[in-house]
Amino acid sequence: MSTTAKNTHRSEWNDQRIELLMGRLLRAGVLLSAAVVILGGMVYLVRHGHAVVSYRDFRGGSSPLRSVSGIFRGLARFSGSAIIQLGLLLLIATPVARVVFSAVAFLRERDYLYVALTLTVLAVLCYSLFGAAGH
Amino acid sequence: MSVLLFTSLVLAGSFIAGFLGALTGLGGGVVIVPLLALVFHVDMRYAIGASLVSVIATSSGAAAAYLREGFSNIRIGMFLEIATTIGAIAGALIAAHVSTSTIAIIFGAVLIYSAYLSLRRQPVHAAPAQPPSRFVRALHLDGSYPGEHGPEPYAVHRVPLGFSVMFGAGTLSGLLGIGSGAVKVLAMDQAMRLPFKVSTTTSNFMIGVTAAASAGVYLARGYIDPGIAMPVVLGALAGSMLGARVLVQVRTRTLRIVFSAVIVALGVEMIYNGFTGRL
Repeated sequence: MSTTAKNTHRSEWNDQRIELLMGRLLRAGVLLSAAVVILGGMVYLVRHGHAVVSYRDFRGGSSPLRSVSGIFRGLARFSGSAIIQLGLLLLIATPVARVVFSAVAFLRERDYLYVALTLTVLAVLCYSLFGAAGH
Repeated sequence: MSVLLFTSLVLAGSFIAGFLGALTGLGGGVVIVPLLALVFHVDMRYAIGASLVSVIATSSGAAAAYLREGFSNIRIGMFLEIATTIGAIAGALIAAHVSTSTIAIIFGAVLIYSAYLSLRRQPVHAAPAQPPSRFVRALHLDGSYPGEHGPEPYAVHRVPLGFSVMFGAGTLSGLLGIGSGAVKVLAMDQAMRLPFKVSTTTSNFMIGVTAAASAGVYLARGYIDPGIAMPVVLGALAGSMLGARVLVQVRTRTLRIVFSAVIVALGVEMIYNGFTGRL
């Protein structure tokens, strides 16, 4: 019943189409990031596979791979860890891309209330990714 | 332990966690953190960082299938994500200021509670007593899902209560590096009285965005280490994809009891190690 109410705009951008495209976007993002992580993993294992490792103590506070610029410096050296980290960054970006897509889709549906709600979520995400990261 | 051996063992463990997490609907994150911390002696911060990114992978992969089936309510999800993302940032900021022992104890309590929630008989909702509030109508949250005889409409109740519980779910997700799907389902199924299938699929839909909100904070603090996250993400993703495929062929009730028993055991172990200061 309410589905018909939602579709009264008669635009080709109905909720069903949005859901379908959203699903494809998420799947593509996950597959792309998994492929990058696999590539990085292979480089990392070939180079450091026999090194001895322990994660008992936390040393992440000084890792160069904490920032986007650090990751890109590592990529320039073709570092396996940096390639893995790039894949993880793409993975984190996947739901963010879904939120951006939602905002565009609700705009096409002329559902301005939901455009505003979606942009609120996007603002919170941006605060985390750019604001809190700067602390 | 050599890098090769560590990667192989963590890959296998995460695969099993992702597989069982998808079959039981509890998610893999609840097992991955205890597995890394208790079995592989990985620092709690690295463990929750790796678990959190794996949660984004498994939930986004599953969301694609659910969205196609039409069970998820993207409007309810989008609206409640305001609460979960703010909660997630709060949780991630709290995580940096409390000891890893405290996090281990809270984690253990959440594990035991999640097992309780998954084992309890699903209560049948009474017929909607009151007409939808103005709030629900203004946000057009009511929807319908594909039933046996065409679309079945449903109503949404107690939105402010659901919103508050969602904030708590987001905080736990950011604090512990899990999807906290059990609490999200609680908010929608119990507080907002949504049909169970709509609650679980919409919860899954929201997990990725919630996790992304705390992932930014985790990354900046160095919690996300590529050497640990690589086998965890790939293992959990492959396991959950396989789990979703065989889901229809197995009796989940027995499996759910076994998995819940494992989760309770891990929860007790986490709490014990937290109090003795070993984590």
